[in-house]
Amino acid sequence: MASTEAKPDLAGLEAGLDALEAPTTAKAPVGQILREKALPPIAAIALVLVLWQLAYHFQLKPHYQLPSPADVWGSVHTMWLQGTLLGYIWTSVSRGALGFLASVVIGTPLGLLVARVAPVRAAIGPILSGLQSMPSVAWVPAAIIWFGLNDSTIYAVVLLGAVPSIANGLVSGIDQVPPLFLRAGRTIGATGLHGVRHVLLPAALPGYLAGLKQGWAFSWRSLMAAEIIATSPDLGTGLGQLLENARTNADMPGVLAAILLILTVGIGIELLVFRPVERRVLRSRGLLAGAR
Amino acid sequence: MATPVTEQPVQQDAGVPYAARLDHVSKSFGRPGAQQQVLDGITLDVAPGEFVCLLGASGCGKSTLLNLVAGLDRPSAGGIETPGGRPALMFQEHALFPWLTAGRNVELALRLRGVPRTERREHAERLLELVRLKGAYGKRVHELSGGMRQRVAMARALAQDSQLLLMDEPFAALDAITRDVLHEELTRIWAETNVSVLFVTHNVREAVRLGQRVILLSSRPGRIAREWTVDIPQPRRIEDSAVADLSVEITEQLRGEIRRHGQH
Repeated sequence: MASTEAKPDLAGLEAGLDALEAPTTAKAPVGQILREKALPPIAAIALVLVLWQLAYHFQLKPHYQLPSPADVWGSVHTMWLQGTLLGYIWTSVSRGALGFLASVVIGTPLGLLVARVAPVRAAIGPILSGLQSMPSVAWVPAAIIWFGLNDSTIYAVVLLGAVPSIANGLVSGIDQVPPLFLRAGRTIGATGLHGVRHVLLPAALPGYLAGLKQGWAFSWRSLMAAEIIATSPDLGTGLGQLLENARTNADMPGVLAAILLILTVGIGIELLVFRPVERRVLRSRGLLAGAR
Repeated sequence: MATPVTEQPVQQDAGVPYAARLDHVSKSFGRPGAQQQVLDGITLDVAPGEFVCLLGASGCGKSTLLNLVAGLDRPSAGGIETPGGRPALMFQEHALFPWLTAGRNVELALRLRGVPRTERREHAERLLELVRLKGAYGKRVHELSGGMRQRVAMARALAQDSQLLLMDEPFAALDAITRDVLHEELTRIWAETNVSVLFVTHNVREAVRLGQRVILLSSRPGRIAREWTVDIPQPRRIEDSAVADLSVEITEQLRGEIRRHGQH
């Protein structure tokens, strides 16, 4: 087009403005990231271990009640040598993952319904929020009576724990979508299902992801509660059963080892699965202010 | 419609003498009995390829009027016709989707209007080039400056290939230097695309700088108070003395409208 060349002064002016005003981002060197992000948690863990060792050394509790960090490590190491450690972890993680995925499949359409259909929201919105604050361990006795001591009980408890928080996450994600996006979407023709697919759901994604993360935490918690209470030879041994077995054997290093394993797996999955996805989504939208 | 949709400018479509026609449009909000009238009997034609500025103080219902023309809301009385199809709308905020790149934002508009997948990329890049953002296709919204975002929003609006572009104070949040440059850009793009523009602003000089016609709305309820035809030739500059002279005249009138509200 002719006028594009006819007015080089405006094009140049605009290019200059763009260069001056576009936000710039600098990447921090790896060393700085390590120092700022990795060092503090490592130091905190080291401090806890030191305090623990001191408590053991000065016998704050008798040794059979408070074993040393080395004893607990020895317990984990023995399970590793016996080849049973990964089996315990896998039993729990596969249950947790399966229960979580089922919760996603149920919780997502449920959240969409509650968010978009006013009568549904009025009817079950408050119940859903209420369920979220209810400890799902309370369902375990009822579930055992209904389903018996088997996997159904465990999955029922996991679902009751995770579905509400996933659904609620989606609801609050949708509620927080700026109305401007919906208006802009409608003006370019994103109405009805197109609007849901191209505007509403992507806009609600950060809230939904937060709900998923919380849903996983609830799955894991509920699973452990169920595994501790519902122990039976028919059920495979997961970390919860490991903990309960160690307690009945008065094996305190085993109890602490199981607790630490439960903690580690829970944190590990959040750090390895949810954190990277969440950061990616937030960063691509420029919502991760100052972080890299 | 029987006629096939082509990318021809509306001027060649001799059967329709207007890009938008508002016929005694009124709008009230609130419950029956406690209604507040926002717009009262607005009658207005925007000719094909015309640039019309709507000017008014707060409470004149400028944004409401644009929402009505855009089809986001219905008038309480009167009729609105936009024979060129769904008008494009630009807001004061860029309203780009942050989960898409600049190019994908434009492509979404193309997709929703039915442009085949294979043509979208090239089409979007052409539109970005038109707003002089050739290299910005893969940029995220937060990586762009305010002025660049508004230009992407303009490209997205143009992607609708509508014959009517509605602009709701699109440059109000920008700094003066950027706004000045975007005035020039908009004038150029308007001349190149033959699109009709209905531009809402509370900035008198901006209205005179851009419009072929400036329409002053009174406030509460919004009515057409007066209308000026601006025959200062383009390209104009906001500093031109002719622009300043007319702005003084219009500002006087606008102040008169505002003063009436302090008297009772």
